[in-house]
Amino acid sequence: MDKFKIELPEFCLVAMIGATSSGKSSFAKKYFKPTEVLSSDFFRGMVSDDENDQTVSADAFDLLFYAANKRLDNMKLTVIDATNIQQNARKQVLQLAKEQNVHAVAIVLDMPKTLLLERNSQRADRNLPERVIHRHYTDVKRCIKGLKREGFRFVYVIDSPEKLDNIEIVRTKLWNNKKDEHGPFDIIGDIHGCCDELEMLLEKLGYTKTDGIFAHPEGRKAAFVGDFCDRGNRNADVQRIVMDMVRAGNAIAVPGNHDVKLLKYLNGKKVNKTHGLDKTIAELEEKGEDFKAEVKGFIDGLISHYVLDDGKLVIAHAGLKQQYIGRGSQAVREFCLYGERTGEFDEYGLPVRLDWADDYRGNALVVYGHIAGREVRVQNNTYCIDTGCVFGGKLTALRYPEKEIVSVNALQQYYEPVKPLDDPVDTNMGDMLTVGDFNKKLHIQTYLMPSIDIHENNAAAALEIMSRFSADPHWLIYLPPTMSPCETSELDGYLEHPLQAFAYYKNRGVQNVVCEKKHMGSRAVIVLCRDSETALRRFGITDGTRGIIYTRTGRRFFDGGQAETELLDRLDKVLTQTNFWDDFKTDWVCLDTELMPWSEKAQGLIRTQYAPTGNAGRGSLAAAVKALEQVCKRQNNAHEVESTTSGQNVDPQMLLEKYKGKYDDLEKYTDAYREYCWTVKSVDDYRIAPFHILACEGRVFSGEKHVWHMENIRKYITGIDPVFMQTPYLCVDTNDEQSVQAGVDWWLELTAGGGEGMVVKPETFTAMPEGKLLQPAVKCRGREYLRIIYGAEYLQPKHLKRLKVRSLNRKRNLALKEFSLGMESLSRFVNNDPLYKVHECSFAVLALESEPVDPRL
Amino acid sequence: MLLTITYEGHNTQELGFLLHKHPDRAQKFELSYGKAYVFYPEVSDERTTAALLLDIDPLNLARGKVGSRDGGLFDYVNDRPYACTSFMSTAIARVFGTAMTGRCDKMQQLADTPLKLTATLYSLKDKGFDELSQMIFEPLGYTVQTHRTKLDEKFPEWDISPYIDLTISGTIKLSELLNHLYVLIPVFDRQKHYFTAEDEIQKLLAHGEGWLADHPNKEKITRRYFTAKKSYARKALDILLADEQTEEDAAENAEAEEAAEEKQARTPLNTQRLEAVKNAVLESGAASVIDLGCGECRLTALLLKQPQIKKIAACDVCVSVLEKAAQRLHIDNMNTYLRDKLTLMQASLTYRDKRFEGYDCACVVEVIEHIEPMRIPAFERSVFEFAAPKTVILTTPNREYNANYEHMHDNELRHGDHRFEWTRQEFKEWTNHICETFGYECRISGIGDVDEKLGTPTQMGVFTKNG
Repeated sequence: MDKFKIELPEFCLVAMIGATSSGKSSFAKKYFKPTEVLSSDFFRGMVSDDENDQTVSADAFDLLFYAANKRLDNMKLTVIDATNIQQNARKQVLQLAKEQNVHAVAIVLDMPKTLLLERNSQRADRNLPERVIHRHYTDVKRCIKGLKREGFRFVYVIDSPEKLDNIEIVRTKLWNNKKDEHGPFDIIGDIHGCCDELEMLLEKLGYTKTDGIFAHPEGRKAAFVGDFCDRGNRNADVQRIVMDMVRAGNAIAVPGNHDVKLLKYLNGKKVNKTHGLDKTIAELEEKGEDFKAEVKGFIDGLISHYVLDDGKLVIAHAGLKQQYIGRGSQAVREFCLYGERTGEFDEYGLPVRLDWADDYRGNALVVYGHIAGREVRVQNNTYCIDTGCVFGGKLTALRYPEKEIVSVNALQQYYEPVKPLDDPVDTNMGDMLTVGDFNKKLHIQTYLMPSIDIHENNAAAALEIMSRFSADPHWLIYLPPTMSPCETSELDGYLEHPLQAFAYYKNRGVQNVVCEKKHMGSRAVIVLCRDSETALRRFGITDGTRGIIYTRTGRRFFDGGQAETELLDRLDKVLTQTNFWDDFKTDWVCLDTELMPWSEKAQGLIRTQYAPTGNAGRGSLAAAVKALEQVCKRQNNAHEVESTTSGQNVDPQMLLEKYKGKYDDLEKYTDAYREYCWTVKSVDDYRIAPFHILACEGRVFSGEKHVWHMENIRKYITGIDPVFMQTPYLCVDTNDEQSVQAGVDWWLELTAGGGEGMVVKPETFTAMPEGKLLQPAVKCRGREYLRIIYGAEYLQPKHLKRLKVRSLNRKRNLALKEFSLGMESLSRFVNNDPLYKVHECSFAVLALESEPVDPRL
Repeated sequence: MLLTITYEGHNTQELGFLLHKHPDRAQKFELSYGKAYVFYPEVSDERTTAALLLDIDPLNLARGKVGSRDGGLFDYVNDRPYACTSFMSTAIARVFGTAMTGRCDKMQQLADTPLKLTATLYSLKDKGFDELSQMIFEPLGYTVQTHRTKLDEKFPEWDISPYIDLTISGTIKLSELLNHLYVLIPVFDRQKHYFTAEDEIQKLLAHGEGWLADHPNKEKITRRYFTAKKSYARKALDILLADEQTEEDAAENAEAEEAAEEKQARTPLNTQRLEAVKNAVLESGAASVIDLGCGECRLTALLLKQPQIKKIAACDVCVSVLEKAAQRLHIDNMNTYLRDKLTLMQASLTYRDKRFEGYDCACVVEVIEHIEPMRIPAFERSVFEFAAPKTVILTTPNREYNANYEHMHDNELRHGDHRFEWTRQEFKEWTNHICETFGYECRISGIGDVDEKLGTPTQMGVFTKNG
């Protein structure tokens, strides 16, 4: 006997319908995952500890539907295992299906009465009166006929125990699910009968005719977003091309509102022959009945939207809001065809639409047409590609995944628009961040770390810092990570030493490292565009500037701006001279740099903390040394003293030595901070040492080794204008003793005079041996320099011993997260992700920085 | 952390008896935060100098003591181990405690005799704003000498050092000198190393006995001694002033009170401003108001009392300020009517916020000048394009008026966090730009005393949406 086949859409809401004891629960258990089945008995138990307690049904169903709603939010097939024999009960199921835009399916178990009675009598837990079984039996019989009318899209009736034992459930893909089609696609906007332009565009995209049908030699597929006809001069020809391409598998298509209206006409319904429909009808009538029938069948078979490429791409005529993607219902179809309308009409008599794209936060790229504009409008991961060809604009295609726009201009204006074409999303004002995306717990996926959580209080702190101090978020495409020092050294007299930095990488499987001199300045990120037009177009910067220098917390480095403008101009001059812009095929660049002098940004700190400490220390210690020297000079006459005095005797000579040591520490400390201070009289006095070329148009340079960065910086940025200086570096092979020694020697040399030290990095920009992300860099600071971190006297053995006990875990954990976020935000920006997606990462870095961590690390 | 005391005269070695420390021994004392040494750099008949030197463990200061659960007090890089601070006062009391009481069994007469004494304190905090050391020590009969260096001789442009070496000399009893030092060191260096508890009042009064009450600058001394606890300063002053209402003083006080009353009559600018904004809100006919940048909710508190206003939202970007606001408003004990009327939330004016929508009126009082200039466009859109209430009331300082503030330098702004302050012309231009861009009309007025040339200290714009 053939299996009784039940076909279910992969995502739907299933209602089991059947009398008590008809075997619903066993059926559900057999054919569905336990998590897919929501049983009323289970929820009765959950609210009352008794699965059979009928008095708590209302509460139980509340909870059941709450759970069902959440599952459907997450697009999970859900089975409601309850009797569902009352129409009211089914109404609730259907209502939920409607709200969730999902098909409702009824599976009816219509078992013989004798069997029901027999099973009921055998049930120990719940023995119902026979009249209940009788009633259930009749109710089920009676409802079957009306189920489709009630609103169940599919109804399956299992009317015998034999059939019940012989069932096959097939889950079918939703019609809109073309996730396994990966393209590449050429998505083509509203054509409206502009066949000449369509042919030109297809040719421009590389399509050629084979057997009279357009095809792409590399197997690209066209994707039409609807509105093939009306208003233009060759409506039927367009339909011919589209139908042929779709049939041949060279294209996919979704319908537009004009196509659907035409279908209505072809179905013999009465329609207003306005908005150019009359032209189409005239052409079709001329083509004859066969063609009309073909068009009718074609449009009738179109699905209102498609989800493509693993869910990364969605096409629909008028776009689709996030909650509707991948769902099917009348509401979804309406949205796809007409967009979201308020029911009001504007001064041109056109329907007022809600701006769904403004609220769109989905990860899928939504490409649509419907609203004619002068240019392609990009907003929050949505592209509107209707560029009003028929109104004399142009016909546009979006290449996917390249996100490249290809268009041909209209040969003429075929139709007068009712109102002027929409302007591009108003970039003169720039796009605006919405607070609702940030003032909450954030969960960010980055390509280096799968998930980074930001707690609500940290987000609140970041919101404050961003709002009060940060530069325009459009510029903040990257915030640098914090950097951990190496583990403390085991050597006497050193808190940090290169051996520990080398060992960190060596022990984790990285043999080759790069040591870069650590300039004692302030971290500065530079974003520079070739001109302010680029800044407006690419960054949405509206104040006419073309670049920025900002600190590691996203604050503009220079108030006032004159120094900033001049430094950026000088950088541009250098990059132009070295042909950087052309060689890198870009009109903007983002650099990670160190800006000196330190005193420029740390002025406040130096003058309120560092210098006063040195001043107070040197002053009072010099006096103490002098006083002790006087004592020692005259202290050759030791006396017997009364034993009643309270203090212990102490040797003044020893005291003198001790205080000379302290004084010496303070002198060295003062020298250490002085090293990094100089007075800036003009822009010439600044020094900028770039160490990463982070990104430029189309590329993030995280795949290039550090040596590449250093050498390209040498080639393109440094050595011309003295402001831009090279960072000395040294490669070390951690397996080669000599090489390691060379690294140590180099560090000793760098730090002898108070140098800050060096940064040790793995050879590659990101190191993930065995899938575990390593610190992108660890710093190893100089012995003298550390006096300005741990205090002038930190090298005194009793102090050093205590300082060596320190934990780096928190710092390192933060460094990894912040690094991942920084790289993610760059790649999102380069990928043209919407502003809020880029901002999310910078925002998260600031949020992480609000975590308390030992500031000396 | 070095103090030297020099005694000049005859048989000055007797200083050793007075201090109860032998001139030929260098001694060490253990203190809770480090060590103190006492030694004599000079000993002769004519001149003897005793030195008290402290040795403070910088790590203990930064981290808290070994084994203690409390965190440290200070940063690793810190002047505390070197400057003359309250540590010195504590050390004086600990090491020269008996001398402070004026007791000297062996030479009581000498202890009771004013002697020619000189004391030097090294690296004593004194930012040099006024002649503090003269004000404080001269009334006590000392000759005052100070020595101050550059902050860093290599960087003369960094200006002067915030420390002085202070030398005071006078003919005075040793015990008096020690008590003076004990009380007055923390008046210079106001960062006390220990928690200021209420028994400090007693301490101050005990060590100040016989001289503090008569000191012409006792108020300044007391206030500075209790920097962290203003209420203690008040209490101590009350006690100090209690017994000394001479007729002369009473007359002086009456004068002072009159002056104060005159001052009181001129309502503080902030009060005037809030009153003006409140009136503008009521005039606009608003029933719901959003206070954007509410700070500690002074305006919100005022508006809560107006029956015309049925709904108020107060927002600030700073969470800690909002917490203070919640306390000020006693939000936990509010009745449900008021509680429902009020929404308190963290919000930023440079992000678009749907929660801002639906209010009749938005107040932006002394907020815009705290926003980075490059973020002003975002602020404008957030308020005037998206929230777009019927009325927006905005106040901001009038920069021109700053010329009336004596203590302000040229180009200085009224608050360290102000990013700019507008002249009346600049404000006018900005309001015009808002009106054109977002479809508002604006009425500008001034708040506060009117200066004929410079206008009022605060300027207010009341924007009304067209149509």
